[in-house]
Amino acid sequence: MTTRAHLSRRARGLPPGGRRPLTASGRENRAGLAFVTPTFVVVLVVVVLPILWTVLLAFQDAKLVDIQGMGLFGNWSLDNFDSVFASPGFWSSLVTTLVYTVGATVGSVLLGLTAALALRRPFRGRGILRGAMLLPYVAPVVAVAFVWEIALSPQFGIVNEWGRSLFGWDDPIAFLSTREYEVGLLGLHFDVPLALLTVIAFETWRYFPFAFLFLLARLQAVPDGLEEAATVDGATLTQRFRYVLLPQLMPVIALLCVLRFIMTFNKFDDVYLLTGGGAGTDVIAVRVYDFLTARYDVGAAAAQALVLAGILMVLLGIYFKFFAKKVQEES
Amino acid sequence: MTSRAQFEERFFGAFRWVVIAFLGLITLVPFYYMVLLSLKPIDALLLDPGRLWVSTKELTTTTYEEVLRPTSEGGQGFLTMLTNSALVSLATVALTLAAAVPGAYAISRLRFFGGRHVSTLFLAVYLFPATLLAVPLFVMFAKMGLQGSLVGLAIVYIAQTVPVSIYMMKNYFVTIPYSIEEAAAIDGCSRLQTVRKVVLPLAMPSIMATGLYIFMIAWNEFLFALLFLAAEPGKWTVSLGLQQLAGGIEVSKTVLMAGSVVLTLPVVLLFFLAERLLTEGLTSGADKG
Repeated sequence: MTTRAHLSRRARGLPPGGRRPLTASGRENRAGLAFVTPTFVVVLVVVVLPILWTVLLAFQDAKLVDIQGMGLFGNWSLDNFDSVFASPGFWSSLVTTLVYTVGATVGSVLLGLTAALALRRPFRGRGILRGAMLLPYVAPVVAVAFVWEIALSPQFGIVNEWGRSLFGWDDPIAFLSTREYEVGLLGLHFDVPLALLTVIAFETWRYFPFAFLFLLARLQAVPDGLEEAATVDGATLTQRFRYVLLPQLMPVIALLCVLRFIMTFNKFDDVYLLTGGGAGTDVIAVRVYDFLTARYDVGAAAAQALVLAGILMVLLGIYFKFFAKKVQEES
Repeated sequence: MTSRAQFEERFFGAFRWVVIAFLGLITLVPFYYMVLLSLKPIDALLLDPGRLWVSTKELTTTTYEEVLRPTSEGGQGFLTMLTNSALVSLATVALTLAAAVPGAYAISRLRFFGGRHVSTLFLAVYLFPATLLAVPLFVMFAKMGLQGSLVGLAIVYIAQTVPVSIYMMKNYFVTIPYSIEEAAAIDGCSRLQTVRKVVLPLAMPSIMATGLYIFMIAWNEFLFALLFLAAEPGKWTVSLGLQQLAGGIEVSKTVLMAGSVVLTLPVVLLFFLAERLLTEGLTSGADKG
């Protein structure tokens, strides 16, 4: 065998010995792996390893002070998870996180869709407006959070000032520190979670440009002929939207919903900067931060973050199992 | 039937302008308000909080002077922080591009073992909350003594920027015709030479757009800066500095708004200079769903 292979190698003008020359696809495979290695190593070091370590930390009694001398495999226990699930406020904070995430996701995608439809056809100044509309998304969160905070302030905020002079509000409303606000509507009184709604409004405002960008790009790729045909067939504007445009947009909308859901679910800075997690806005991401910095309890923080990631993955799993296919079929 | 169609055309024709006006208001007014307050003396704000203009008589720039003056002269030292932010952001751009360009090229062009899964893996990074990454990185950096360092911060930011960079560049690489690379290969270029001399120059617009986007993410980031640098005032980035300023006592809201303008201006200028490039880079591939 060896000699024959040797001979044929020589016959083909290849140097004797060494390894079999790679086929074209083999070479491509090797080049691909070589090119992806730097990226992979970086992701491994700054993402994968830290996540694995979090998993380990979550099962250990780890305080920041004694973590220096701790081995990777210390005393394993489920204590952290026990205390996470038993700690007061965990379940209510989970509900808050869900309400916040769903509200902000739906809000930003709907507003983005409205904006994309409104700016679909060219008009004078569309380019400028389009650029301006991306400002909330582009601007640093710290800066815009402070603008909202000042504008909504009960003492010198413009919203309360105008609310009093234009709408006749009796007292200034503390938007960011009121847990329950009593609203009277048609003789009925009920409480609304005002601070939470304000934070949802902020998140909607800040991220609708993201949805707008993607939906506008998709809208402009819809062939004109489709709508013209529908118009000729006598479809009204809303019917054209429902039966022609919406099915075209559905995959992008679904993708945006998933992306926004994931990102909002994990969001920390917006809520932290606006309310500090007070007044019924204690989302889990802020709780993790509190565990870490106020109590230096690394183990409990890790366990809590892990639970957060776990819940997110379960929700996504449900989504992909039951809904992703449907969206694909519809489009 | 026609009447309903006509009614809808007319109604939505008018409604569209209402929506456009509303969108213009909600996106521009907050930024106008920010600039406005930064140019007012605090007394004028407290006296008449509802006023949406500033008279030339009371127009002031002392707020900016206070924010930018070094701390040694009683100011807030934002110039140093601007430098810190710029350094961290530029380092992040360089590091992320170095890590992401080859990966994006490989994913878009080459068939290799596990190639299809790699892009999913990089996107899966988003599933994990930054707060989850923060815990181990916080500990890791404390151990390595990188806790209060700008380099450490830039390394952390890679985790935030790599997935989106790969996504943006991958979508662009796909559009470069494969025949150009084949031609280069026939001319005797090795794969590495082809990438360096042919593909990278062609992909420059996309790389620029991605770089700008990374810069914006790094410039705007807040959580990791807070975790890693809070104890080191000399190393604060502008975002962190502004947040700490707000928590401090006796800082007037107008000074805070001047700080916000200083923080926002660079990133907004950059954005408007490259808006087309950025939005196209971000949404290319959106029509494929």
